Amino acid sequence: MAQAARKKTQGRGLLLQALALLIVVLILGLIIHNTVLNLEARGIASGFGFLSQPAGFDLAFHLLPYDETTTFGQLFIIALLNTLLVSAIGVVFASLLGLLVALARLSQNPLIRLLGTIYVETLRNIPLLLQLFFWYFAVLRNLPGPRESLEFFGVVYLNNRGLSIPFPMEPAAAFYIALALILGLIVGHYLRQAAVKKRVEAGRFPAWHLLPYAIPVIFPLLTLLLLGQRWQISWPELQGFNFSGGLQLIPEFVSLVAALSLYTAAFVAEIVRAGILSVQKGQMEASEALGLTRLDTMRLVILPQALRVILPPLTSQYLNLVKNSSLAAAIAFPDLVLVFSGTAINITGQAVEIMAMVMMVYLLLSLSISAAMNRYQSKTLHYLGQRS
Amino acid sequence: MAWTRFAKKSPLQLVITGVLLALLIYWAWPVFDWLFFKAQFTGTDRSACTGEGACWLFVRARFDQFIFGFYEPSERWRPILVAILWILGFIPVRLARFPARKALIPFLLVVLPVSSWFILRGGFWGLPSVETSRWGGLMLTLLISAIGISLSLPLGILLALGRRSELPLLRWITVAFIELWRGVPLITVLFMASVMLPFFLPPGVEFDKLLRCLVGVVLFTSAYMAEVVRAGLQAVPKGQHEAAAALGFGYWQSMGLVVLPQALRQVIPGIVNTFISLFKDTSLVLIIGMFDLLGMVQAASTDPEWMGYAMEGYVFAGFVFWLFCFSMSRTSLRLEKRLEQAR
Amino acid sequence: MKSFWPSICGLSLLITSSWLQADTLDEVKKRGFLKCGVSQGLAGFSSPDKAGQWRGIDVDLCRGVAAATLGDANKVKYTSLSAKERFTALQSGEIDLLSRNTSWTIVRDTSLAVDFPGVLYYDGQGFMAPKKLNVKTLKDLNGATVCVNLGTTTELNLADYFRSQKMTYKLVAFEKNDEVVAAYDAGRCDVMSSDQSGLYADRTRLKKPEDHVILPEIISKEPLGPAVRHGDNRWGDIVRWTLFAMIEAEELKITSANVDQQKANSNPAVRRLLGMEGDLGKNLGLKADWALQVVKQVGSYQEIFERNLGANTPLKIARGQNALWRDGGLQYSMPFR
Repeated sequence: MAQAARKKTQGRGLLLQALALLIVVLILGLIIHNTVLNLEARGIASGFGFLSQPAGFDLAFHLLPYDETTTFGQLFIIALLNTLLVSAIGVVFASLLGLLVALARLSQNPLIRLLGTIYVETLRNIPLLLQLFFWYFAVLRNLPGPRESLEFFGVVYLNNRGLSIPFPMEPAAAFYIALALILGLIVGHYLRQAAVKKRVEAGRFPAWHLLPYAIPVIFPLLTLLLLGQRWQISWPELQGFNFSGGLQLIPEFVSLVAALSLYTAAFVAEIVRAGILSVQKGQMEASEALGLTRLDTMRLVILPQALRVILPPLTSQYLNLVKNSSLAAAIAFPDLVLVFSGTAINITGQAVEIMAMVMMVYLLLSLSISAAMNRYQSKTLHYLGQRS
Repeated sequence: MAWTRFAKKSPLQLVITGVLLALLIYWAWPVFDWLFFKAQFTGTDRSACTGEGACWLFVRARFDQFIFGFYEPSERWRPILVAILWILGFIPVRLARFPARKALIPFLLVVLPVSSWFILRGGFWGLPSVETSRWGGLMLTLLISAIGISLSLPLGILLALGRRSELPLLRWITVAFIELWRGVPLITVLFMASVMLPFFLPPGVEFDKLLRCLVGVVLFTSAYMAEVVRAGLQAVPKGQHEAAAALGFGYWQSMGLVVLPQALRQVIPGIVNTFISLFKDTSLVLIIGMFDLLGMVQAASTDPEWMGYAMEGYVFAGFVFWLFCFSMSRTSLRLEKRLEQAR
Repeated sequence: MKSFWPSICGLSLLITSSWLQADTLDEVKKRGFLKCGVSQGLAGFSSPDKAGQWRGIDVDLCRGVAAATLGDANKVKYTSLSAKERFTALQSGEIDLLSRNTSWTIVRDTSLAVDFPGVLYYDGQGFMAPKKLNVKTLKDLNGATVCVNLGTTTELNLADYFRSQKMTYKLVAFEKNDEVVAAYDAGRCDVMSSDQSGLYADRTRLKKPEDHVILPEIISKEPLGPAVRHGDNRWGDIVRWTLFAMIEAEELKITSANVDQQKANSNPAVRRLLGMEGDLGKNLGLKADWALQVVKQVGSYQEIFERNLGANTPLKIARGQNALWRDGGLQYSMPFR
């Protein structure tokens, strides 16, 4: 009888799945069918031919060379890089600030604790878009013009055109060097793993065991030599309407990074705090008994264990940050959403293709970040498991 | 008590605290000055503002618009009525001993959102119709979030059940659906809903722009909700499923009566957090040309009459958003504590 | 299950056939109101007043089309669109008519699947700068930061102009005109560039309008007009001839105030326009008095110009190029016969 019942549920399960599949296929089919017919009926061009046409407009901020002959395809890459840059810098700042605020909230000093609480409760309860507007429209409005810039130590200037800081090379060169550094770190990481493996097998480190540490230094240096870039500090100075020389950070960039990292830091702080609290009090006392300082306790005992609790929610905060960077569209920072699904749609009129590309990029980004974090997490757990 | 103990334990900390406090007062004082002491609260137009402190006249002059948008002044009793209905609807939920609490759930999740829509929209029984494009301000913010919240929860639960299902095909479909919505930014979803949707529909099929945005918001939020609920489902011990099965419960019975109540209780904080982010995200509708509270403030601060008072507007809007979000998070904290005691 | 695919095919055929007959006029009539896409607020062209009522010359064109097709100028539903949303909204059918200070260019006409039935306002791209910058001509703008509206011809013309003059500039492109104005007023950029009429409109919204000057030079032609979907010729004709009816009314000195008296006029041209003789509306699918309704409910071109842009408005724009052809301008209605 039990078997008959199971068979019955199995049959029902199959039917249910078939039904679900049918509905999905039907909906997808109808959407595609409608879209194709709609586009045809209205005589709208389709396909990706537009990617090789020149875009013909200018960009306020770009990492790769850009001029009026740049095609939409290249524009896509350039805009994507802007999105990635803002997200990467935002993630770094948000993590550092979040850690700091979390430590403040756990401080023994009640005033510091209070300040941490005020920070968290204020920033996470106000919409990011509002904070973005605040930094961009309300704060910017009160900054002086380029000719009356706020001066810091005679080298850094802040005005309503942005932040000008001295910079030791051309910004484009810095970008390639940063790429080389990242590449070096990745290669170094794998070499280090190989070295450890060798040691496990052969009982001692191979002769090149220091190479993994050298590569992240060698790669950028090589790039520097290849580019023929000389170390020459360029100082910002007022020329005509605006500052030139040094590194010019436009206000859109500054306020976007500020808003994203300040906002996300409030969430990161809560996650880190919960993680640290999750480590039992006994552990702290034990390490105190071992004579570890408070800082060492944090670094060697608490944080590695807390990481286990912290990582999953932290990943989703990073993902949120990447997606939130699309709010750049509201304050004119030329990110993927503003430039590609904005200006490009308006010029080419191919909304379906462009939106599909943009959404696909975000989807891939978020899937790959969560995949990378999952991998890292399973490794960390493995590592911690061995030790405990 | 704690302070004296703290002071005795570490005099250095006391010094640090003192210095910090002094710095804080030094920096915070001008802020309070601007916000209250030097601010202008009364007067008739911008000429009354000196520029020394905040000009709250701006907020006062536009207050009605900030709350109702362009909703016809003579019809404003309707949003107020809807607000009262929602408050009345949710009081019994808070009263633990209300007899028919369970029966209220469908009422809250379906009847209330639908009826608020029709009351606000009008156009029947002699109620003048009010175009949704005239809805705005805090009313629109609250409406989108209230409807979004009440519809995304049940949908999210269904998706979570689908993701935990033993039927592989069903599981894959829900996983794909959830990951798709979680992977894309809300503004692209809203853009699609606001101007591109007619591409995907047969000609002649059309529905209101606000309604389309709501659908986008609900689908987007339900994907996040599904992940929260899934965590709760995972936390319910397997024995509970087995016990329910041993009692002869079918799938829906065991889920509805045994597993889900426990799972949902586990993740109340997560659910409330999703609500809070939905509430904050409603401000994104301004990008597609709707005037929610923030949109209204933004529009008013670029009005020639009040240009240059953006700061006051943002502070006001920020305070309103903060008030709602903060009280929601406190409520969730209280609920959590109560449940912990009950456990 | 067997009958599933055939029925799907049948269903799609059914839907497909309705596509081929998609006719905007029929849809508008069936729906009972016109869906008109306007800007998010550009004084004089389309902006909501304090009570949230849309006003402006672009709005009056929408009202005119509603009067011609539905007999009631108020049966319009306005959708405010950013520059980047406008063509997508028109293409997708979100709106029936785009009346949003849009420039008629060959690329838009040929590759975006939209048609431009006429020119409502002849404009050109200009620049506005603060007086204290002491900018006299465009040649002084080398290296300047320029605020513009995203996704407009302005953005493209700017790139061309500075390239041809071998000058450099920095671009800040906002999605909403409101934001362009706010950023310019906050000093984010040295100059602001847009259609010159728009600059006059935007100047009135600055904190101190008298501190800003609009440079005399114009770097492009910007024929602003309505746009409709490509392929629905009858609908395009309706919009075109609604616009011409307004211009023709000005030529014949018919206004909303005197249109009822004009019915007694013996001038055949007046009688034809107002539907007293012949039936010019028939081939458009409209009633015989369609043009009469346009003039009566909305007004002649002169009226809508003066009401929204003219000397009695804060914009104080002179007719200039937009005067009638016989007064030395470019506005010219094709003959009504």
